[in-house]
Amino acid sequence: MERCSLFYTDIVPHNHALGLKLLDIGPAEAVVELPYADFLVGNPETGVIAGGAVTTLIDAACGSAVILRFGRFLPLVTLDLRIDYLRPARPGTSLTAVAECYRATRQVAFVRALVHQGDKSNPVASAQGTFMRLEE
Amino acid sequence: MSDTQPSPTLAELVLQVRKTREYGRLTDAIPYARFMGIGVEHLAGEMLCRMTYTPKLIGNSFLPALHGGTLGALLECSAIFELLLQTETQRVPKVISLTVDFLRSGKAQDTFARAFITRQGRRVANVRVEAWQDDRTRPIASANALFLLSEP
Repeated sequence: MERCSLFYTDIVPHNHALGLKLLDIGPAEAVVELPYADFLVGNPETGVIAGGAVTTLIDAACGSAVILRFGRFLPLVTLDLRIDYLRPARPGTSLTAVAECYRATRQVAFVRALVHQGDKSNPVASAQGTFMRLEE
Repeated sequence: MSDTQPSPTLAELVLQVRKTREYGRLTDAIPYARFMGIGVEHLAGEMLCRMTYTPKLIGNSFLPALHGGTLGALLECSAIFELLLQTETQRVPKVISLTVDFLRSGKAQDTFARAFITRQGRRVANVRVEAWQDDRTRPIASANALFLLSEP
């Protein structure tokens, strides 16, 4: 957990800039929080967080889930990411992404993720992505 | 318009910027676009988005490469600005779904994006977006996005 947290504090500047926090990990699962902040707002009239920030939250959580699945730090690239926005996010509340790497081959890993605001049965977004290991 | 008037609503601002092409006024009104350094520019007769490079956009410090999320953000912002400025929509369109393909890693430099509205209905718009750095014929990421529009 501590080693994986480095991706949110030191190693990945953009995760740090957004204020992402690693909350929990499993064997192939990562739970990451995006705290609400005024600089993340995409619609100043509603205060709703920009989709781009949610994309970054999902990408970071999915990448962490892949690293946990492989069990060690590997250079990774995102091949694709599909996000469905199920309902608008409530302003003023943090977003939590739960990502699970449900299949990994030698080179390619498959991940799905849900984003919620405290209630997993009422998610904000659902996502699916594929990642590839860079050659070492 | 005098300086003493209250600042315009976003819808009013969009209407003004569609005419005046002072795109900075619109991107300045959106906190996330300001934070990410994403702006709209009119270059050689077309509207492009530029994400100005800053070290906080980096995802992999070893390569170094831009965070995949920042490219997703640029593509999505580019689609939203295209819809706001080229269609009659009155409010910020809501993204329904977004599919991003990451084609090459993004280098530590400015990134450009251009959005094309592939279908615009009364309620839904489909937008295709491409992002590139040095060479426009070698995009680094592309996206297809679906948006819900506010009815005029």
